[in-house]
Amino acid sequence: MSALPALSTVPIDRCADLDLARIRAEFPILRQRVHGKPLVYLDNAASVQRPKAVIDAISDCYSSYYGNIHRGVHLLSERSTTAYEGAREKVRAFLNAASVQEIIFTRNTTESINLVASSFGGSVVKAGDEIVITGMEHHSNIVPWQMLCERTGAALKVVPFTDAGELILEEYERLLDSGRVKLVGVVHLSNALGTLNPVKAMIEMAHARGVPVLVDGAQSVPHLAVDVRELDCEFYAFSSHKIYGPAGVGVLYGKKALLEAMPPYQGGGDMISLVTFEKTTYADLPNKFEAGTPSIADVIGLGAALDWLNAIGLDAVAAHEHALLEYTTARLSEIPGLRLIGTARDKAALASFTMQGIHPHDIGTILDREGVAIRAGHHCAQPVMQRYGVPATARASFAVYNTHDEADVLVKALWKVKELFA
Amino acid sequence: MNDLRDLYQEVILDHNKRPRNFRIIEQPTHRAEGVNPLCGDRINVYLNIEDEVIKDITFQGAGCAISSASASLMTEALKGKPIGEIEHLFEAFHNVVTSDCECPHGLGKLSVLAGVRDYPSRVKCATLAWHAVRAALEEHKEPVATE
Ligand SMILES: Cc1ncc(COP(=O)(O)O)c(C=O)c1O
Repeated sequence: MSALPALSTVPIDRCADLDLARIRAEFPILRQRVHGKPLVYLDNAASVQRPKAVIDAISDCYSSYYGNIHRGVHLLSERSTTAYEGAREKVRAFLNAASVQEIIFTRNTTESINLVASSFGGSVVKAGDEIVITGMEHHSNIVPWQMLCERTGAALKVVPFTDAGELILEEYERLLDSGRVKLVGVVHLSNALGTLNPVKAMIEMAHARGVPVLVDGAQSVPHLAVDVRELDCEFYAFSSHKIYGPAGVGVLYGKKALLEAMPPYQGGGDMISLVTFEKTTYADLPNKFEAGTPSIADVIGLGAALDWLNAIGLDAVAAHEHALLEYTTARLSEIPGLRLIGTARDKAALASFTMQGIHPHDIGTILDREGVAIRAGHHCAQPVMQRYGVPATARASFAVYNTHDEADVLVKALWKVKELFA
Repeated sequence: MNDLRDLYQEVILDHNKRPRNFRIIEQPTHRAEGVNPLCGDRINVYLNIEDEVIKDITFQGAGCAISSASASLMTEALKGKPIGEIEHLFEAFHNVVTSDCECPHGLGKLSVLAGVRDYPSRVKCATLAWHAVRAALEEHKEPVATE
């Protein structure tokens, strides 16, 4: 243990507005040991854990009032419908959308983006048109557009970013100026770099040229307050499982006028108002885009997650996580040979890094034995890895329940990694 | 840290740091790329086979310590062997990294990777190069994946 420096004494787990001990107590899964060590869960960007309030809401639905929605005259169906539509209102309020008709439930961010690529893209994009995305997109905001381009003969253009991980807005503007751009897709908070992109300014620049914008909010919504009307984006997508809700539910916000003009994404039950064999009349928004029986209890669970998060307050969450990230970044920088990937001025929630001569996969395994769960890999953002010339990175990502103590456990374990590979 | 030492044995750390046969064969008789989609690791293996015997075998690529060391140890183990023995060796090696069986004789240094059996998520790393060799002999054009 010779290489282990003494840990400095820092004010631990004290954040002005948060009672971390109470928050942590609400997460049953955090109370366990892995490989004999207390679990330090720092893989929150992949999927966060859920509080008891969410688990209870799902369990309560199934044990006391579950029925299929929008189709029964019986009491259980009515209660489930009310709870399901109540969750839609919670999402509307959370994003400050103008109407619940603008909130579509999907399976996840990926499906939300595919919906837009297929329905909006399929009807608007033609050969010779262009779609602009950025170099730091998750595969889910790349591949649907590539598939659309392949189908239509449109071209995909990519906004480059600097070594620090900041988009080069001059290049973005240059791409917009081609006059052929039909849609911009941009990630709000990068899952590979932690960069918080200036989406408001980017949306303004696109709108100045009449171009609509889709924002991938998968990483941003758990960490900062989002107001879709203030942003003025056309589409905003996120996943329940990254915001303390259950997996299996995603959200697509879309401006009503656009959603109304778009053709349905999938056909089936729930999305129609009248079917004959000659012709089908589609249901109004939002049902037009919700074909088939959705994951009802999970949507209700997402509503419970938003209630839970609102009660803490996203500003307090952001302040706590910011302090944690600053602290962790400083401690990581003390480790020789550790290189942070993504050093944007505006950053949130996560630290991506490599260690000289040590593969991230090995870092991940060694940390796991210390109880620390991180992600090691390409983070579904292979172009970002290629940009930095690394096959993969290790990534520690934070949630509201993480503590300074846990950051210390992470850093201490990384010193062990160095020692083992010395 | 003791259990970690079972995985990261000195031999493995050494082969990771100084991989043997880590070069390209310009005109190989067989070659293939192995990809681990989970972590993005890629390993190319090159073989020169004459009269059913592996005259030369090398590899190149970026991988974790387990996949690099395993590839390096594999090239040492296979060089000079008749190709008819590869499947048998792979099978024995696979058993060693996946089950609690006694290490079969004849595996030599390869058995230092036995610690992998306690790390199920790393079995794919240990077998990546072997999958690539198998693919090379089957003349795959596409990279093989461990999935
Ligand atoms: C930035 C970003 N976009 C999209 C996704 C895809 O989310 P999902 O897998 O829930 O569809 C993720 C998930 O990792 C992400 O981080």
